[in-house]
Amino acid sequence: MGRIKLFIPLIIFVVLAAILYWGLGRDPNAMPSALISRPVPTFQLPALEQLESTEDDNLMVAEQAEILDESLFLGQVSLLNVWATWCVSCRVEHPYLMDIAETGVRIIGLNYKDEVGAAQQWLAKYGDPYAHTISDTTGGMGLDLGVFGAPETYLVDHLGVIHYKHVGVVDDRVWRTTLQPKYQQLRDALDEQKNDS
Amino acid sequence: MTVEAYQSFALHSIQRLVIKRSLVCLRASLLLLSLLCLPAWSVIEVDRLSSPELSARYQQLVAEYRCPKCQNQNLAESNSPISIDLRTEIRRLLEEGASDAQISDYLVARYGEFVLYRPRVQASTYLLWLAPAVLLLLGFLVVVFIIRRQKRATSTAQAALSGAEQAALQALLSDVENQQNKSKNSNKAEVE
Repeated sequence: MGRIKLFIPLIIFVVLAAILYWGLGRDPNAMPSALISRPVPTFQLPALEQLESTEDDNLMVAEQAEILDESLFLGQVSLLNVWATWCVSCRVEHPYLMDIAETGVRIIGLNYKDEVGAAQQWLAKYGDPYAHTISDTTGGMGLDLGVFGAPETYLVDHLGVIHYKHVGVVDDRVWRTTLQPKYQQLRDALDEQKNDS
Repeated sequence: MTVEAYQSFALHSIQRLVIKRSLVCLRASLLLLSLLCLPAWSVIEVDRLSSPELSARYQQLVAEYRCPKCQNQNLAESNSPISIDLRTEIRRLLEEGASDAQISDYLVARYGEFVLYRPRVQASTYLLWLAPAVLLLLGFLVVVFIIRRQKRATSTAQAALSGAEQAALQALLSDVENQQNKSKNSNKAEVE
C-alpha cells in the first residue's frame, strides 16, 4: 500500500500532462456552428449583381432587382461563402474560390455588411466565382446564420441543410483535407439518389 | 558627531520618510483609481432604451453573453462589430417585449451554447456545475482523513511508548533479578 501511495503524485502528473497536451493541439477559436444539420435560415434579399449603387453608395435601386431566398439552395450541393470587401482575408481567399468554382463547385456568395458599389467593383476586378451573390448590407442574414466574422464558408446540401461550417480562409489545405471530402460525399449521395429515381 | 553632521543626518532621514510616505499615497490613490474604473463599461448604450427597467435588464444580459469573436470578453466589454450588432439585437428584442429566456434562445439558436457565460444545467454541463461541489467534498474528506489518522497515530504512539517502557522495565527488572540470583548462587558455591 505504501509503495502505491508513492506513485500517486506521478499518476496525477501524467494525467494532468496528458490533458494539457491534448488541449495544446486544439484550436481555442474553433466554435461549432449552432446551425449544423439545420436548414439555411429563411431570407429574402436582393441579388448583388442586379443592384444599382447610387453616388453615396448607401441607397440602391432595388425595385427591379431579383429577390433571392432559401430556395436558391434546393436541388444542388453548394458552398455558401460569406465575404466582404472590407475583409482582408477574403482577398486572400478569393483566387482559390475562383479555382474551385472552375472545377464545377457551386458557390453562393453572401456579401456581408458591405457597400454595394465596392462589392460589384471587387467582382468585376478580381472575377466572380459565385453562382449567385446575396447582398446582405445590414447583416441580418449573417446574424441568423451565426456569422461572427468574414470569411466563413458553409457546406449546404441539396435540401438546403447546413452540414459544415469553416471559419477563416479556404485554402488548398482546408479544401483538400476537410471541405472537399464532405462536399464529395454529399455530391455522391445526390447522384446516387438521382440514378435511383 | 558635530552639530552640522547631526542636522544633515536628521534632514536626510526626514526626506526619506517623506518620499516613502508619498509613494504609499501614490500607490493607494492608483489602486483607488483602478477600482473606480471597473464599472465604466456597464454604462454603455443604456440611455438608448426606453425605460430604466429595460436598461437594468439590458445591463445584466450583455454581461452574461460571450462575444463570439473575442472569446474572453462579454458582449458589454467587447467593441468588435459582432458584439455591437448583438447588443443592438438585444436592445431591439427587449423593446419588443421579449423575455430573458426568449433572448437567450434567440442567441443560442444562432451562436450555440458557446455564447452563454452562465451555461444551462443539462447533461453536457453537469460536470461543470457539479465539479466545484464534488471537489469541495473531496477536499473535506481528505482533511477529515488526515486529522483522524494523526489522532490515531498520536494515541497509539502513547500506548506503544508506555508498552515499550513497560517491556524495558520488565527486562531490566528480570536482568537485575537474574544477576542477584546468580551472585547469590555463586556466593553459596563459594561458601560450600
